[in-house]
Amino acid sequence: MSAAPERKPPLVQARDLAMSFDVSPPWLNRMLERKPRQYLAAVDGVSFEIEKGKTLALVGESGCGKSTVARLLVGLYQPTRGDLQFDGLDAHAIFRTPEGLKLRSRIQMIFQDPYASLNPRWFVEDIVGEPLIEHGLITDKAELEARVGELLQSVGLSPLDMVKYPHQFSGGQRQRISIARALATEPEFLVCDEPTSALDVSVQAQVLNIMKDLQRTRELTYLFISHNLAVVRHVSDQVGVMYLGRLVELADKHTLFDSPRHPYTRMLIDAIPKMHDTGRARTPVQGEVPNPLNPPSGCTFHPRCPHANARCKAERPELLTLGGVKIACHAVQEARI
Amino acid sequence: MSLLQVRNLVVEFPGRRGTLRALDDLSFEIAPGEILGVVGESGAGKSLTGAAIIGLLEPPGRIAGGEILLEGQRIDQLGHEAMRHIRGRKIGAIFQDPLTSLNPLYTVGHQLVETIQAHLPVNASEARARAISLLRDTGISAPEQRIDHYPHQFSGGMRQRVVIALALAAEPKLIVADEPTTALDVSIQAQIIALLKKVCQQHGAAVMLITHDMGVIAETCDRVAVLYAGRIAEIGPVHEVINQPAHPYTAGLMAAIPDMTQDRERLNQIDGAMPRLNAIPKGCAYNPRCPQTFERCRNERPDLMPAGATRAACWLHAPSGARSAA
Repeated sequence: MSAAPERKPPLVQARDLAMSFDVSPPWLNRMLERKPRQYLAAVDGVSFEIEKGKTLALVGESGCGKSTVARLLVGLYQPTRGDLQFDGLDAHAIFRTPEGLKLRSRIQMIFQDPYASLNPRWFVEDIVGEPLIEHGLITDKAELEARVGELLQSVGLSPLDMVKYPHQFSGGQRQRISIARALATEPEFLVCDEPTSALDVSVQAQVLNIMKDLQRTRELTYLFISHNLAVVRHVSDQVGVMYLGRLVELADKHTLFDSPRHPYTRMLIDAIPKMHDTGRARTPVQGEVPNPLNPPSGCTFHPRCPHANARCKAERPELLTLGGVKIACHAVQEARI
Repeated sequence: MSLLQVRNLVVEFPGRRGTLRALDDLSFEIAPGEILGVVGESGAGKSLTGAAIIGLLEPPGRIAGGEILLEGQRIDQLGHEAMRHIRGRKIGAIFQDPLTSLNPLYTVGHQLVETIQAHLPVNASEARARAISLLRDTGISAPEQRIDHYPHQFSGGMRQRVVIALALAAEPKLIVADEPTTALDVSIQAQIIALLKKVCQQHGAAVMLITHDMGVIAETCDRVAVLYAGRIAEIGPVHEVINQPAHPYTAGLMAAIPDMTQDRERLNQIDGAMPRLNAIPKGCAYNPRCPQTFERCRNERPDLMPAGATRAACWLHAPSGARSAA
């Protein structure tokens, strides 16, 4: 990858984003048991950039902080440290001002479970039209109807579907309604938190195809969160691997999947069942994700890592750029592996 | 002789607006020690098949036809008590969520010992020794201490290991595993699948592995049955079904899975969705979504017929004479 001379500034730039939650026991218990307050660092200093029209995927096991990053990016959480630059603006500062509404309309989110994210008592027209009214984009009833019809068509549904309730649709169709709703304000940036994990494979393919088509025609930028590496490989341009609230590897999709460097990334890729390699015995990964309340010292991956040494146990590795790949691993940085 | 024979199984749900037929004329066999995968999309009837075999159909669901034979004996008509003796002793079960299959109020040791003593003539200390060795077999470190822990003291993957130990407690001949890895993280999934395969081989148990994940099937099973709308669309050796699928549905399903080895701009999509039980189309249930539909598919329902190395319920594989006669 050669750096083009007039590179556009990235649309989304997260700098050292961190979010910790107060999970202390109630005041009286703390007093009686003489325990300090307890914090859970769900996201602990994550930095990345996404260029306009590109997709960054975040992968990792449950509890690694993927969804917290998503919620930080759309402003559902205020970060405890770090900031988010969106199109050159400090997003979290603006979210708190009256200008915030306008910025929010440029960033939208698609949630995992289309059965939970759509109000069962609303017509599809109201669900898809709500953001338009909320942001004051359309006030006229007839105009609203026409616009909702257009949006439904853009995700492969019929304008006639607007007088139906969500329960009249299948899982895949509901997720398309969620996408239509997210597209209503013509956002530039879509945060998709496991958009297809509740869907069956054949339906997942429909939704992924629509998302790719929309990206091409509208130059959308995606942050795509998933634990399914095959899906990530299909949709993304860049992939970030998270472990216990930190990025451990961030690389171009092909580089990451063809030559993974971090031991955790290698482990994840090795854990995928290979479809056309029936009956092959794999060496499964050892161990499980540690408790984030009490993360291991040094590199948090060291208890599961086959290459860990004394330094890994004591010192936390920084995310450094090595041969075009950002990686946080002592063993790779010391060229031991 | 095969261990389990399912012949023309029909499961129905009587309701106010008519009876829904959830499983329709299902027939398959499992040989001793074999791993049979059952794959399909949600609503295809995978879990119902498992529930019917272990006698845990939720009312009003009932077996309306056909028979289930275990070691040549019919088990589908047994009463509640008789079925309880089969369950655990001859057929073990593993469910999706390990937290709901373990009782949170008892230590895992208590639950294992109870199961062992319910089925085998051993005293308490023998049962405990057996429980410890089962936990060791399933890869739990320091089983002598862990046996006195409660389920909440185990992580998700560890709990599923305990559930596997529990299913194997009375040396059953068959294990019905319903989505055993779906609730687990990818890296843990691989551990559990490898473990399930290993311990079942050691203990000589056959497995019916129900899952929606083709990757898991490819890696674990000897044979696979693909279910669609309550019927078997295709059944055969796993390698052949995956690499040369004979049924257009299997082929579509395989092409819809993103591939790790090649780049594709678009995934192959199967338009539409699986029909609801009250609106299963006439003829082949897949015909409205099938790219290769012809006249006969719309009118006549295909049964399983030989198709290369597998058997598929598809008129494309009918002997040519039959095709022209339609």
